[in-house]
Amino acid sequence: MSFEPKILGILCNWCSYSGADLAGTSRKKYPANIRIVRVMCSGRVDPVFILKALQSGADGVLILGCHPGDCHYTSGNYKALRRMEMLKKLAEQMGIEDDRIRLDWVAASEGDRFAEIIKDMTEKIKQLGPFPRDGGDNG
Amino acid sequence: MAKPKVALYWAASCGGCDIGLLEIGENLLKLIEAVDIVFWPVAIDVKYKDVEAMEDGSIDVCLFNGAIRSSEQEHIAKLLRAKSKVMIAYGACAYQGGIPGLANMYNREMIMERAYLETPSTENPDKVLPQTSYQAPEGELTLPLLFDTVKTLAQTVKVEYIIPGCPPEAQTTWMALEALITGQMPPVGTVITGNAKAVCNECPRKRDVKKVKKFYRTYEIDPDPEICLLEQGLPCAGIATKGGCDARCPKAGMPCTGCYGPVDGVIDQGAHFMNAIASVIDSNDPNEIGKIIADIRDPAGTFYRYSLPDSILRRARV
Repeated sequence: MSFEPKILGILCNWCSYSGADLAGTSRKKYPANIRIVRVMCSGRVDPVFILKALQSGADGVLILGCHPGDCHYTSGNYKALRRMEMLKKLAEQMGIEDDRIRLDWVAASEGDRFAEIIKDMTEKIKQLGPFPRDGGDNG
Repeated sequence: MAKPKVALYWAASCGGCDIGLLEIGENLLKLIEAVDIVFWPVAIDVKYKDVEAMEDGSIDVCLFNGAIRSSEQEHIAKLLRAKSKVMIAYGACAYQGGIPGLANMYNREMIMERAYLETPSTENPDKVLPQTSYQAPEGELTLPLLFDTVKTLAQTVKVEYIIPGCPPEAQTTWMALEALITGQMPPVGTVITGNAKAVCNECPRKRDVKKVKKFYRTYEIDPDPEICLLEQGLPCAGIATKGGCDARCPKAGMPCTGCYGPVDGVIDQGAHFMNAIASVIDSNDPNEIGKIIADIRDPAGTFYRYSLPDSILRRARV
């Protein structure tokens, strides 16, 4: 059986979740590998959520927020950007492939873009394989 | 009434925790008056077989320092656990893995190669590496197995209390020992520091708005003696670290490195620290953010200085 990755999506309420909703109502096709959690703002996303998701069964984590300048709370997405940049640098050092953690922007009108991002990420993680939760520990 | 029996042990540690214990000064006399020390490799000559001969549960308290990274350390941790009524993780290494825990950025093979083959001061033309067993003419010689992954004490055996620090400050050690001598130990599971809040809570430096355009390494600037170190661009872990040390490092102009572990309720000290550092970056421009972040040369070593084995990821994927 081919590997079907589990991807956790953490989506902001105002833009990205509406974008995902639009993808659904417009019957856009995208892989069923994503599990979506809605938060009020991408600025709510703590790096702990991402690390915990990976350690608890996710093979990739996708954070989606409003485009820069469009945040419902003015600057929450910039906060997410700063945290994710920092987390990605740490992840690189920890041997976590860059494609497993992704921050992107999806507006409420971008159902197509949402579907594209999910397709692209699923494809990339399929190639990476499952996240090694045991970390290669051999005693 | 017989005096309580106390055992002390060091596993993967530098010996600083034993010095830390001596830091309690004249209180040491009170301690020796109140308890019997039955095992303490650094100070008294008691062998492993003497501990093995003790009855299970016959030691009242074991103060265990150091992380677990070899079969010998794991064996002694399990042995002392069986012999002791109360097990205390003493110091940052036993608590969260400590500095030796940073070995989890690598694996056994990489560590062996580095230590025995690659280091500039090593000459090992035959590429001899330590073996767990060797047949010498005189008989079999053995060495403990080095683990691939460093573990904390609590990941190895059940632990009742934690005394954090690298090493624990004298006042923290004495607070715990006094509670022990007087039989007033806190609820099981307590991280004994005397302060549930962050180091910032004890730090006298002036705090204002935290907005940072550039991070520095400690040798790069001479920080202002009055102002918060983080505001001056030094990644200070005080915000993510439990207090009780009296903010000794920030008071001396050095940023906190986080040896007292996370504040209550935090599951991953490094991620918590990283989150705070990312939040103070004063820029909305992706390129500029990248540049500011590049100032933090070693995120894993900065954020998880003492806590990598106790973090969510536990180790790097190598």
